[in-house]
Amino acid sequence: MAFQIVVNLIIAVMWTFLSESYTASSFITGYLLGVLLLFLLRRFVPGKFYLKRFISILSLILLFLKELVLSNLEMVKYIYGKKDKAEPGIFSLPLDVKSSWEITLLANFITLTPGTLSVAVSKDSSELFVHAMNIDTVEDEIRAIKDTFEKAIMEVTR
Amino acid sequence: MTEIVSIIANILVILFLLAGAFFIVSAAVGVVRFPDLYTRLHASSKASTLGVSCILVAGFIYLYSAHAIVSGKMLLAILFIMLTNPVSAHMLGRAAHASGIKPFTKNRSDAYADAMKNQRMKSE
Repeated sequence: MAFQIVVNLIIAVMWTFLSESYTASSFITGYLLGVLLLFLLRRFVPGKFYLKRFISILSLILLFLKELVLSNLEMVKYIYGKKDKAEPGIFSLPLDVKSSWEITLLANFITLTPGTLSVAVSKDSSELFVHAMNIDTVEDEIRAIKDTFEKAIMEVTR
Repeated sequence: MTEIVSIIANILVILFLLAGAFFIVSAAVGVVRFPDLYTRLHASSKASTLGVSCILVAGFIYLYSAHAIVSGKMLLAILFIMLTNPVSAHMLGRAAHASGIKPFTKNRSDAYADAMKNQRMKSE
């Protein structure tokens, strides 16, 4: 990935030299041309096309924003709704992600998504303890977290 | 043409400010209404994050449309609020659990307390 970025930068610098206008705009033009070239020649360049990772980071951010808005709407429903509707409790979520910053990211995501709040990580960091507003739908909750967030985070880190 | 754009920008600013104020008020009401510390943390961490973010977005749009300033500070503030708010909620929840505050549940579903008990039994 680092190799591809370096190649892309070299193409951009070459473009500014070839067009003999040393401005930011011609550098950006050269960079975009480099992206296009790398995309066309991706079969011959080692490694995955590096913008793929960039796209997965972008989709992670979009997913996060969507979940943030949804969680707030659900929160508002709980706040102004009937008092005995919610059935809170703490459940444990088995973790597939291993490194500590992946777990941090996942915990942040869980806190800002509908009806869940991360409370603690177990000592061997194999479980995450999550407080849920509604403990009855825990199975769905665990599946949703596994399918969407853990997958999206792994897409970025692996 | 520029008038229409500025009217649209103003409407956007108003909408974002109203949404932000609404979410912050909701957070305050939730803190009063919910039964225990953990559910209150739900209200305060989520609703206040989106509320403050909405108000900062409104500020960003206003500065851009009225003074043609692209305010990077606002965007950075949103980023850091989104990074730090869940962490503080996590720390508060953990500290509360460690100091023995029991979560309000009808049928005692508290996996964390069970896990801690198991660990203590193992170490003894």
